[in-house]
Amino acid sequence: MSHSRDLSRGISPASTGMLGTVHGHQGLQLEEPLLFEIDNPGAIGVDLPEPGDFILRLGGLERNGEIGLPCVSEPEVVRHYTRLSQKNYAIDMGTYPLGSCTMKHNPRLNEKMVRLPGFANAHPLQPEATVQGAFELIDGVAYWLKQLTGMPAIAMSPGAGAHGELCGVMAIRAALDDREGGPTKRRRILVPDSAHGTNPATAAVCGFSVDTIPSDARGRVDVKAFAEKLDDDVAGIMITNPNTCGLFEPDMIEIAELIHNAGGYFYCDGANFNAIVGRVRPGDLGIDCMHINLHKTFSTPHGGGGPGAGPVVLSDALAPFAPVPWVVHGEKGFSLVEHPDAAGEAKPFGRLKGFHGQMGMFVRAYAYMLSHGRDGLRQVANDAVLNANYVMSCLSNVMTPSFEGPCMHECLFDDRFLKDTGVSTLDFAKAMLDEGYHPMTMYFPLVVHGAMLIEPTETESKRGLDEFVAVMRALVDRAKAGDSSAFAAAPTMTPRRRLDETTAAREPILRWSPEVLAAETAK
Amino acid sequence: MRYLPLTDADRSSMLDRIGVSSVDDLFVDVPAVGQFDGAFDLPDHMAEFDVERLMSAMANRNITTADVPSFLGAGAYRHHVPASVDYLIQRGEFLTSYTPYQPEISQGTLQALFEFQSMVALITGMDVANASMYDGATSCAEAVLMARRVTRRNRAVVSGSVHPHYSAVTETQAKYVDIDIDIREPDLDGTEDLTDLIDDQTACVVVQNPGIFGHVRDLSSLASHCQENGALLIVVVTEVVSLGALQSPGAMGADVVVAEGQSIGNPQGFGGPYVGLFAARQKYVRQMPGRLCGETTDVDGKRGWVLTLSTREQHIRREKATSNICTNAGLCALAFTIHLALLGENGFRDMAMLNHARASKLADLLEAVDGVEVLPQAFFNEFAVRLSKPAGDVVNALAAKGVLAGVPASRLYGVGTDLDNILMIAASELTSADDMDALVDALSEELS
Ligand SMILES: Cc1ncc(COP(=O)(O)O)c(C=O)c1O
Repeated sequence: MSHSRDLSRGISPASTGMLGTVHGHQGLQLEEPLLFEIDNPGAIGVDLPEPGDFILRLGGLERNGEIGLPCVSEPEVVRHYTRLSQKNYAIDMGTYPLGSCTMKHNPRLNEKMVRLPGFANAHPLQPEATVQGAFELIDGVAYWLKQLTGMPAIAMSPGAGAHGELCGVMAIRAALDDREGGPTKRRRILVPDSAHGTNPATAAVCGFSVDTIPSDARGRVDVKAFAEKLDDDVAGIMITNPNTCGLFEPDMIEIAELIHNAGGYFYCDGANFNAIVGRVRPGDLGIDCMHINLHKTFSTPHGGGGPGAGPVVLSDALAPFAPVPWVVHGEKGFSLVEHPDAAGEAKPFGRLKGFHGQMGMFVRAYAYMLSHGRDGLRQVANDAVLNANYVMSCLSNVMTPSFEGPCMHECLFDDRFLKDTGVSTLDFAKAMLDEGYHPMTMYFPLVVHGAMLIEPTETESKRGLDEFVAVMRALVDRAKAGDSSAFAAAPTMTPRRRLDETTAAREPILRWSPEVLAAETAK
Repeated sequence: MRYLPLTDADRSSMLDRIGVSSVDDLFVDVPAVGQFDGAFDLPDHMAEFDVERLMSAMANRNITTADVPSFLGAGAYRHHVPASVDYLIQRGEFLTSYTPYQPEISQGTLQALFEFQSMVALITGMDVANASMYDGATSCAEAVLMARRVTRRNRAVVSGSVHPHYSAVTETQAKYVDIDIDIREPDLDGTEDLTDLIDDQTACVVVQNPGIFGHVRDLSSLASHCQENGALLIVVVTEVVSLGALQSPGAMGADVVVAEGQSIGNPQGFGGPYVGLFAARQKYVRQMPGRLCGETTDVDGKRGWVLTLSTREQHIRREKATSNICTNAGLCALAFTIHLALLGENGFRDMAMLNHARASKLADLLEAVDGVEVLPQAFFNEFAVRLSKPAGDVVNALAAKGVLAGVPASRLYGVGTDLDNILMIAASELTSADDMDALVDALSEELS
């Protein structure tokens, strides 16, 4: 491992028989050093006026010595990040069938709306009278989400899905404490083995122990096993619906009854709401709370890892415990409840985030909701489910679906079809990269072996799906034809080939530093 | 519908292929009570221009910091974001990609994250930084949880210099995991001394610099006191531009620095999304929350980047993870990185000094106004003033005159405390001489 500036290392023209690798560029695939390596002291990318005369009032604590930031002009910065962008795959480029992530088209209208000066330049602590439009928007998004889920209340502030989980689980904890008049004895949360990692992690950061419920042979919660675990120390259950196998949990009503009779609450992970939006109101199924990833169902962009937004709808039982702040509508228009002592009858469990939530994501989601309308959203669910079932039906005779029957918005395969081929799920996924696709989600959920979870979303065309299916079938043919070494070597056409993750973790280099660079150059 | 590529002809041929007659047949697992066939009280789909019209009208019902002179801060700041930042983060390859779990086709996001982590470490004076948290306040809460893991102690002291949203979020996240948290009274005059509260049971001390009322303080003696007692010093920075002018928290002896990165690259946006910075000393890296990007090589020996040390994270470790965070603030971190790249060493420092100069000038002017007392001696770009009247009323009155005068302390602490007359006033590189005059005139009139 090194910080060498020699970016052509490893590409030897002689070995490839190619010309043109002086700097490692290959046609339009351009190598790009670290920003720190194009540092040109004296260059600058921003012009600022002189400050003029002023009294220095930093208390003698002004910075001395260099920070170590690089100096780069605007054209070089633009080129640097443009080149970097070209090393990424993205929805704008092609199918992104990453199960559980709902990588749908991100309309640019959303981006235009969030940049309206009236939203972008509003400070969160302006006098309420000056930001009525902003409150109206938050209230509007809240109303849509309550309508679509059939739930009476909502907490808007959580920053993403996992944060929404935290909000819901804390509300459960607060409701139990309130009911028992002190710290609850109920300290166990039931979580299916197919759950996303954030579910057990959330329960734990909220002080609960996690008890795993097995899935049954149909990829659903084993209701009998669940019922047997119910006791007076159970705080609640966290169920993802549609679940991470891409299946609807048919026993929701029974599960709700059982958990409620046992004195616990029902958390629903709504990450997969896209499959049912406009067709099913989770509130009709007896849940107490559910987070909604606006960055999945409501098309706000993933941005290479975030930001997101994770509003949580709440039942009447949990609503009083929702965290501050929230918007209220009174005679003088909208206002904000920001302090627990101004909460009246409500008993907020606290505050989860600075200010009022992910406003920019609310604006984007609202543009998306209005564009689709209630009719369009129902069509979203229909098409998302149709696309997933279409892919499943086109692949089920060559790959091995894990469960029988129709799926929801994503279809799950396992690696039985790769048995004796010498090709693993990982190899298969890496071969997809060379074919121009982002792979499906791999090795998740954990309940099937070598999982491949394909979520096309409703924004893929039939033509796009047919091309994807053709690629998948061709790869299966190659795997079955005994070409495992090609799979093991894949990818070969990507900006980087397989990376050494073991060394990265064993000897972590997590930042650029002048010392390491100097040491390397000296060698 | 413009976002849905399937035509009715596509749909029926696909249903044929699947072998069902209607899409309803695919929803057979939904119990009858769950099949919603009523009508939502919501509108039907709209043309793009109708959405635009409706939402623009809503946006226009706000009077914002760009419309009138504005002096709001308290954790969110108005700065100029260069046009190229917003252009670059809207490139589809950045905007519409997922978390870089497939490193071979995500080197762009990964390298930018590595640059982000490097920059955050440099400006905070820390060894390492993660790939971002939701915001400064959640970053602060995570730091306290980390201090508990590191020290195996469960007492946290939160200074009265800390933004009330940050202490509230920290308190909320601490309360169900048995952390005993001591939130100190608001430190209005910047003289708080925490040393007596620190002992061998203290997991961490959280202080903010500059403090919520603007005071800039030397933290080095507090740092050594923490160190002697084996407690972690967590320094909160809500205005990250200050790091261009002030000694870094690392240089003063911090163990962990958590910050709100909004000021660099990101609009005020009515409160979010922002970007939480989380930086720490190297020895804590395996206890840190959130994603980390690390350098490595590929099979051809070429340098590249991957997400690393994932065994800390929820997708691997589940209930034993260091945090439940998954989605973070990637795109806001990218905006931060690009803006700081444009600024560079000199631009960052100059921008910081310009902010300070504007605030210092404004303080001079305000000191001359009857009924206004500037409180901190040393500050960066924001300072508290004591008014002769309740600040909340003054702010409302000035808003009606077209001046956004700042954040009344009552907005953060509630009405009816002895902070009712305190107003927090911020300036930035965007504060013009005319803006300052407008504030001075309006305040003089209101307080006379
Ligand atoms: C089923 C499920 N639950 C929860 C989450 C967590 O959501 P977020 O990443 O927004 O925190 C995810 C996201 O990947 C998910 O797929």
